[in-house]
Amino acid sequence: MSSLIEEMGAKATALGFPLCVQIDLTYRCNERCVHCYLDHEDHGEMTTAEIKDLLDQMAEAGVFVLTLSGGEILMRKDFFEILEHARRLTFCIKLKTNAVMIREREAARIRELGVESIQVSIYSHRAEVHDAITLVPGSLKRSVDAIRFLKAQGLKVTIANVLMLPTVRDYPGVQALARDLGVEVTIDPTITPRMDGDRSVLRLGIGQSELRQAFADESLVGNVDEFCAISAPPGESELESVPCSAGHSTCYVSPYGDVYPCVQFPLPTGNVRQQRFIDIWRHSDQMNEVRSIRLKDLSSCSQCVHGASCTRCPGLAYMEGNMRGPSSQDCEKSFARTGVPSANLLSKKPSMAGLVQIRSIPVMAGVSA
Amino acid sequence: MSKLYLARDARSAVRVLDGEAMVMSGRDSTLFSLNKTATLIWQAADGQTSLDEIVERRVCQEFEVEFGSALQDAENMARELAGHGILQISEEPISQTNPLTGESQ
Repeated sequence: MSSLIEEMGAKATALGFPLCVQIDLTYRCNERCVHCYLDHEDHGEMTTAEIKDLLDQMAEAGVFVLTLSGGEILMRKDFFEILEHARRLTFCIKLKTNAVMIREREAARIRELGVESIQVSIYSHRAEVHDAITLVPGSLKRSVDAIRFLKAQGLKVTIANVLMLPTVRDYPGVQALARDLGVEVTIDPTITPRMDGDRSVLRLGIGQSELRQAFADESLVGNVDEFCAISAPPGESELESVPCSAGHSTCYVSPYGDVYPCVQFPLPTGNVRQQRFIDIWRHSDQMNEVRSIRLKDLSSCSQCVHGASCTRCPGLAYMEGNMRGPSSQDCEKSFARTGVPSANLLSKKPSMAGLVQIRSIPVMAGVSA
Repeated sequence: MSKLYLARDARSAVRVLDGEAMVMSGRDSTLFSLNKTATLIWQAADGQTSLDEIVERRVCQEFEVEFGSALQDAENMARELAGHGILQISEEPISQTNPLTGESQ
């Protein structure tokens, strides 16, 4: 199936339609995760009618995979009305949720509505650690109970776990919990800066030594030798390739109708309250600028030994100040994976001349060699 | 040969692009890519129109193919898709209640 999805992605890119879109229905949330990049106030969310109209437009535009996320999606009282409308339009629907508000009845309705999969955030298998991240006592139990309700309905559930300093030792426990629950688990070390530009949450990210340990763990990366191998520098075809699907076959819509190339790429390209979705997708200058970028256009990355294999996120690069620049988090990952610093890391390294200074020291009177 | 009726599975996800459908099974998330002929049949599978009518009125007119072989190919395709749970087939017209909405189809 993955190859067919890749084929679809290539077709979508060639034909210029948005195959996969994520809509955040709300930024409101019933948890207050310490690493979260969102402002949880409601600054004027789209109404039910606006979201239904947007879904109609998206179906017409050819969107196939629709991810509904937040915030917490169930904070919207009209969540199931929106979901029903989306399924009438025959989207393949994925949900991202903390699942705290999902009980037997909600799980049954999600099943009836033909949701493809549900991703649930679990930060640790230990309540004292998970609940200290969400700042909601009892949240781990509620989320795990919900996973059981969803599984009892035969639904596909994936646990999403973030590797960060307060939780990094617990991922084997989360993997064991996932096995017990009969669900998949995805583990990611990426911490995203806050949407208002505040980068202080990045202090929660794990460092080189933890990344190296994670990348040497077969349960996370599969074949370690293959994963950590240094690939050949980008060749001509790679240099002509697009660095990411953001803006090519995927995009993101905020609760306020703002359209971005990706949830992790907060470059404003238009607002569906002012323009039709398809017009933003096709004609936005910003979207077309993102689309124009090829690997060869990335000043540092095109020259980097990791250029062909790096997980470089253009959104993180944009948040660092330049969408054509490197994403330092990904440089750190490539370094931890291979032991070879990226071109970007090398350029940041203080010069040896500045660090090592040799000068003659006058011999003190009365001291002899 | 008895008539065959087809109905799309309401839990499937589908989108038609450039005349070709992507269909994801609601049963096991298997993804299918249908060619233009299969897509035409899929779109016409309303549970009430028989397969031979679909082939005669839609497929043969659209693609200029011979009825007998087109019908045989269409039936093979329908049985394969039914095996994957994205299409129902029956020798009687199919009346469905959409499990998503509770509405009759």
